[in-house]
Amino acid sequence: MLAFIIRRLLQAIVVMLTVALIAFTLFRFVGDPINMMVGIETTAEERAQLRQQLGLNDPIAIQFTRFVVSSARLNFGNSYQFKTPVIDLIADRFPATMELALASALFSLLIGIPMGVYTALHRRSWLSNIFLAASLIGISLPTFLIGILLIFLFPVTLGILPSFGRGDVVRLGFWTTGLLTASGLKALILPAVTLGLFQMTLIMRLVRGEMMEVLRTDYIKFARARGLTDRAVNFGHALKNTLVPVMTIAGLQLGSIIAFALITESVFQWPGMGLLFLKAVQNVDIPIMSAYLLLVAFIFVTINLIVDLLYAVVDPRIRIDAKVA
Amino acid sequence: MTSVLSVRNLTVEFPTRRGILTAIDDVSFDIGPGEVLGVVGESGAGKSITGTAVIGLIEPPGRIAGGEVLLRGQRIDNLPPEQMRRIRGKRIGMVFQDPLTSLNPLYRIGDQLVETITTHTNLSNAQARTKALSLLAEVGIPAPEMRIEAYPHQFSGGMRQRVVLALALAVEPELVIADEPTTALDVSVQAQIIALLKRLCAQHGAAVMLITHDMGVIAETADRVAVMYAGRIAEIGPVRDVIKAPLHPYTKGLMGSIPSLTGESDRLVQIPGSMPRLTAIPSGCPFHPRCPRAFVPCPTFRPELQPEAHSQVACWLYHPFPVTAEAS
Amino acid sequence: MSAQANDPVEVMLRKPSRLSVIMHSDLVYSFLHSRITIVAALVTLVIVLAAAFAPWIATQDPYDLRVLDILNSHNPPAWLKGGDPQFLLGTDDQGRDVFSTILYGSRQSIAIGVMATLFAGILGISLGLIAGYSGGTVDAIIMRAADIQSTFPAILIAMLIDGTSRALFGEQRNEQIVFWVMVLSIGLSFWVQYARTVRGSTLVEKNKDYVLAARLIGIRPGKILFRHVLPNVVGPVLVIATINLALAIITEATLSFLGLGLPSTQPSLGTLIQIGQKYLFAGEWWIAIFPGITLAALVLAVNLLGDWLRDALNPKLR
Repeated sequence: MLAFIIRRLLQAIVVMLTVALIAFTLFRFVGDPINMMVGIETTAEERAQLRQQLGLNDPIAIQFTRFVVSSARLNFGNSYQFKTPVIDLIADRFPATMELALASALFSLLIGIPMGVYTALHRRSWLSNIFLAASLIGISLPTFLIGILLIFLFPVTLGILPSFGRGDVVRLGFWTTGLLTASGLKALILPAVTLGLFQMTLIMRLVRGEMMEVLRTDYIKFARARGLTDRAVNFGHALKNTLVPVMTIAGLQLGSIIAFALITESVFQWPGMGLLFLKAVQNVDIPIMSAYLLLVAFIFVTINLIVDLLYAVVDPRIRIDAKVA
Repeated sequence: MTSVLSVRNLTVEFPTRRGILTAIDDVSFDIGPGEVLGVVGESGAGKSITGTAVIGLIEPPGRIAGGEVLLRGQRIDNLPPEQMRRIRGKRIGMVFQDPLTSLNPLYRIGDQLVETITTHTNLSNAQARTKALSLLAEVGIPAPEMRIEAYPHQFSGGMRQRVVLALALAVEPELVIADEPTTALDVSVQAQIIALLKRLCAQHGAAVMLITHDMGVIAETADRVAVMYAGRIAEIGPVRDVIKAPLHPYTKGLMGSIPSLTGESDRLVQIPGSMPRLTAIPSGCPFHPRCPRAFVPCPTFRPELQPEAHSQVACWLYHPFPVTAEAS
Repeated sequence: MSAQANDPVEVMLRKPSRLSVIMHSDLVYSFLHSRITIVAALVTLVIVLAAAFAPWIATQDPYDLRVLDILNSHNPPAWLKGGDPQFLLGTDDQGRDVFSTILYGSRQSIAIGVMATLFAGILGISLGLIAGYSGGTVDAIIMRAADIQSTFPAILIAMLIDGTSRALFGEQRNEQIVFWVMVLSIGLSFWVQYARTVRGSTLVEKNKDYVLAARLIGIRPGKILFRHVLPNVVGPVLVIATINLALAIITEATLSFLGLGLPSTQPSLGTLIQIGQKYLFAGEWWIAIFPGITLAALVLAVNLLGDWLRDALNPKLR
C-alpha cells in the first residue's frame, strides 16, 4: 500500500514538472518578455539592464529551476495587462470558480446517479426512454449553447433569474461567497446547471452502463438464486458495485468541471479564474496563462491522486494484497 | 414417494431477431428425495437452461413457453415473482460454475452468509452469524472464526466453491441444482468438492440436479442420469445402466468417446459432425443426421421418451414407429 | 428434384456475392431497423450537403461586402411581422442573411471537425502502431505523453495551442492560418484515445505466431502492421472517430464562441452564436438561435450515428 502511494506521488511530480516545463517555455520563449513588460519609451540599454536583472541571460536550466521554485512559492510574476501580481488576481477569483464548480458537481451527482439507476432497473419504461433521449441531447449540446438557451429561456423570455454576474457576495476572510445572499444564490443557478448538465448526462449514462453490466454478473445471479429481495439485490449489491468505478470517474470529472467552468464564466460573465484566463489568452498575457496552466495541472493531478487513493480504500481487492489459501 | 422435483413437458423459448429459438423442447423428468440426477450433454444441449428454468431465473425475453415445474407436487413455474423469490434459496438452492465470479467481491463472506440466512429465517444477526460459522466448518473451511471476516478474493478456487456451497445450502433447501460446479476447478480439487456436495446433500436430505458435461463426475456421484441433445432428453435411466449398456445411439457415441484407463485400448470413437445450432434443429429426431443407425422414420417423426428396461429412451429403434403421414 | 441442385460441389460454388453478404450483414440489418438512426443519418446528410453546396443554395453571399445593405439589418424571420421573404431566417446587425450565414458557417464547422478528426486519427493510429510494435523506450515515451495529456480536457489543450500561435504569429494572422491552427490544435488534443486502442491491438497481434513467422521471413514491419493489425482495429477506431467528430465540432464551436477560433469575417456556427448573444436581450433572438439549432442538430445526429455504430459493432450484443 505504501509502495502504491509513493509510486503515485512520483508520477504526480513527473507530470507537474512536465507541465512546468511547458509553462516555462511559454513564459520565456513565446514573444519577448521584456518587450511585453515595458513601454515603448524604454531605451535599449534599460531593456538590456532589465534583462540582466531578471536573470534572463542565465543558463536555461537555472532559469527553469528558478521558475519552478518561485512557482512553488506561488510567485508567478506580474500580469502584463494589469501590472499586478498574478497570484493576487488568481486568488481573488478562485472562490467564484470553486463555488460554481462545486455547485454544478453537486447538481450533476444528485440528479445523474438516480436517473442512471432508474434507467438501468426499468429498462423498458417510457420514463427511461425520455431520460435517455434527454441524455443524448445533453451530451450533444456544447456547454455554451446550453448557457445561451437557458439565458434565452429564463432571463429573456420569462424574466426571472439573472443572466450575468455573481450577485451580492459576502467576504469571509480571504474567501468571497455568493451562497449567503439571495441574489448570490439566484445568480448561481443558471451557470451551475449549464456547467453541470454535460456532467450530469455523462454520469447518468455511466451509472446506467455500469449497473447494467453489474446486473449481468454471476454474483448477482447467485444472489437472486439465493432468494434475496429485489431491494437487497439492486441496491445492496448492484448499486454498491456500480458506484465504485463511477465514483472514480466522477472524481476525475471534477477536474474537467473546473476547466470547463471557463466557458460558463464567459457566457454568464461570471468573475472567476476561467474568465481571467480567457482574457489573458486574448491579450497574450503570458504570466497569467502559465500560472493558470500550472494551477489547473496541480488541481488535476491532486484530484487524480485522491481518487486513486479513494479507490484503494473502497475496493478491498486493492487494499489487501495477501492471498490466503 | 412423491418426487421432490417433477418437470413435465417443459419448453423454453427465446425470441430472437431471426425467429424463435427453442432452447429446450418438451423435457420431462423427476427427481426423488435424496436422489442425485445427473444431466449430461455437450455445450448448448440445454442443460443449464433446464436448471435456470426450474429455479425461475430465465431472463426476458426468454420465457417458459409450455409445460410445468412441480416442487413436491406444487406448481412453481407460474407463481408470482415474490412467492418464487421466497422459494429460491429456501427450498431450491443453486450453485454456479465459477466460484470466482459467484461471490460479490466487495462484501465479506460472513456478511453474505448472514444476509442469506436472515432473508429466509427469523434469526437475529448474531444467531445467523453463529449459524454461518457452523456452515463454514461443515463445508471444511479451516479456522472459520477468522475466515468469516475475509473477502472472496482471499480464498483459493476450491475454498471459494466451498463457500458457495455453504451459501447455497445455508437454509436447507430440498433441491439443489448444481450447474457445472467443478468445471472451473483444478482436477485435484474437483473430487473433493463433488464428495462434499454429495455428503452435504445426503446429510440434509436434499435432492440434487447435477448438470455437467463430465461423464466421470456423473459416474461417481449420480444415481440416475439424463442425457440431453439439442434441447431434448435422449435417454434417462440409472447410471450403471446408461453407462454400461447405453440405449440411444448418441449415448453410445458419448460412452465410446470416453478414454478408459483400464483394459481395452480401442480407438476412441468420435461422433461425426457436431450438435446442430438451436436455430437450425433438424426435423424428426434431431440426432438423425449424425446417427449411424438412422432409418426410415427418423428424419420425419420425432421420438418421445418411452420406457425400455430400467430407463427411458427417445429413439425409433426401440418403439414401433408411426406409419401415418403426420410429420413433426 | 434435380440431382444437380443438391450436388455438394454446386452448392459450394454458389457462394453469395460480396454485396449480398454486406446487405445481409448485422450492420446493415440494425441500421435499417432503427428508425432513429436512419433519421439521424438523413439529418447529417442534409446538413453536410447543404454546407457543401452553400454557394449554390445560399440566397446571398454574406461575405461579399458589395451585396450587403445596412438597411436590411435586424430583420426578423420571414414568417414574423416585419420580416422579408427574401431573408428566410432574418438578418443580423450587418444586414447578412442568417440562412446564408448558417450555410457558410456549417461549412466551416464541418470542415474543421472532419479535418481535425482525420488528423487526430492518423496521428493517433500511427503513434499507437509505433508504440505497440516497437515496445521499450519508444513505447514508454509515447504512453507517458499520452498519460500526461489525457489528464487535461481537450479544450484546454486546444486553447493553449491556439494561444501560443496567437502569441507567435501576432494578431494579424492570415485567415488561412487560423483554419489550420484550429485543425492542428483540436486534432492534437484528441489523438490519445486512438493511440491507446491501436497500441492495445498491436500488442495482441504482435505476439501471434503468424507475425513472428512473417518477421522471420523478413517482411517489413510496416507491411505487417498494415495488413494484419489495422483491419482488426477498424471497428473500435470507427466508433472513436464518430465520437471524436462530435467532440471536435463542439470544441471548434466553443473556441470560436470564446473568440479564439474563426473570426467574424469567416465565421463558423460558434462565431455566429457569439455574435448573436449580444442581441438576445434586444429581442433579436434569431441571430443566435438558428445557428444554435443547426449546431445542436448536427452534433446530435453525429452522436446518434456513433451510438448506432457502437452497438452494431459490439460483439457482446450480437
